[in-house]
Amino acid sequence: MKYLDEYRDGDVANKIVAEMRRIQTRPWVLMEVCGGQTHSIVKNGIDQLLPEGVELVHGPGCPVCVTPLEMIDKAHAIARRPDVIFCSFGDMLRVPGSDGDLFTIKSSGGDVRVVYSPLDCLKIARANPAKQIVFFAIGFETTAPANAMLAWRAREERMTNVSLLVSHVLVPPALEAILASPENRVQGFLGPGHVCAVMGYSEYIPISARYKAPIVVAGFEPLDILEATLMTIKQLEEGRAVVENQYSRVLNQTGNLPAQQLIGKVFEVSDRKWRGIGTIPLSGYRLREEIAAHDAEKLFDVAEIVTLEPEICISGSILRGIKKPHDCPAFGTLCNPQHPLGATMVSAEGACAAYYAYGRHLKPQGADALHRIAPAAVHAAPVNGGRA
Amino acid sequence: MCLAIPGKVVETYDQGGLRMAKVQFGGITREACLEYLPETKSGEYVLVHVGFAISRVDEAEAKRTYQALKELDQLNELDAPAVDETEAADDPTVSRLIKGSNGNEIP
Repeated sequence: MKYLDEYRDGDVANKIVAEMRRIQTRPWVLMEVCGGQTHSIVKNGIDQLLPEGVELVHGPGCPVCVTPLEMIDKAHAIARRPDVIFCSFGDMLRVPGSDGDLFTIKSSGGDVRVVYSPLDCLKIARANPAKQIVFFAIGFETTAPANAMLAWRAREERMTNVSLLVSHVLVPPALEAILASPENRVQGFLGPGHVCAVMGYSEYIPISARYKAPIVVAGFEPLDILEATLMTIKQLEEGRAVVENQYSRVLNQTGNLPAQQLIGKVFEVSDRKWRGIGTIPLSGYRLREEIAAHDAEKLFDVAEIVTLEPEICISGSILRGIKKPHDCPAFGTLCNPQHPLGATMVSAEGACAAYYAYGRHLKPQGADALHRIAPAAVHAAPVNGGRA
Repeated sequence: MCLAIPGKVVETYDQGGLRMAKVQFGGITREACLEYLPETKSGEYVLVHVGFAISRVDEAEAKRTYQALKELDQLNELDAPAVDETEAADDPTVSRLIKGSNGNEIP
């Protein structure tokens, strides 16, 4: 386990936190963007290790969470059709729509299948020529290359029974929407490492400059998050606001060019609705006109479905860093992983589900207590989809 | 589901015009598409997200990240069923569940 030590060494963690204390002169509010980072922070109690006045708020970077309820309802309307085999990543199966989830549809006779790769849909389509294969193409930039390849191969192979229900979202416009809001509290970001492995981080440079907000692209291991937090505070204290890369062992400024090229051939940037937040201009992808023959929203006439979200849910404020799960009267009571009311409870990577899984709905706990209760709490809360 | 999982490329090949690989994650081997990292060779480590290699990493990084994901219970992507072309007409979520990834060490 020698590889592990370097990135979770308690001495190193203490040194980083001590350095934060040394340089910090005033309170700062930072947001970690990625749901994987949120999960790691809550699991490891990182937010509770930080010096007083350094606050981490939890960002919108969980694709399952931000997929709008009405898109889930559209998926369900298509999945109920007898002529359809509906394919999805496992995480989406337990997300409730207005009426049940994909598991319910499957148990009442719908052909709903979990796929490992979007390319699996091509195999299923070849073996089932009389059926329409519809893939639920959700995700951030990390997932876009895979979903783009399915659309591209379906087009290249002239497959008439493969389509995609696209609900793709993009990180930079969401950060810009957060920073531009009059209610904004966020002064700096820990950027999403694996998103930037695909896209690089050039897109973040003008945002950081325009809003004078440091953005430090970070990994998701405890020391990654601590180091990136220190780098962000250092910039803020020095009055700088640039994009830095804490995760250089995985990514560079350019990202994966072949992936970006295919994304550009298949998708175009469009307005997108985010669960809990609402529509953010130019914040997602839709299929280009050249790929329209594989656009499930056009093929199945579901464009008119509109669904309203529960009024009590404050997930929109949580996703923008304005509130925390504890600020919600429904947290842990009316709203829990078995019965999520909104975005941040529907997936393990959502802030509310992470707080719930690690026992923070019970009573205030110290970081050590969190470590002790974590394993049992994880198993007690079946918040992880994907186990069909 | 936004995190990529590191694995070791053990075999590369072409399939239906796509550059593909067998990639070992802990005790299980799954297929991954190499179209976005076409020069990847056997023995190298890659980050794989939903069946696509998106970034190369060194061995130490791969092992550390794999362990971190395991602790976060973020390996369930690997539990999705494999689709065999000849049997794809069957419902794979019932008939072709593969062994879970938890508890395995990366080799």
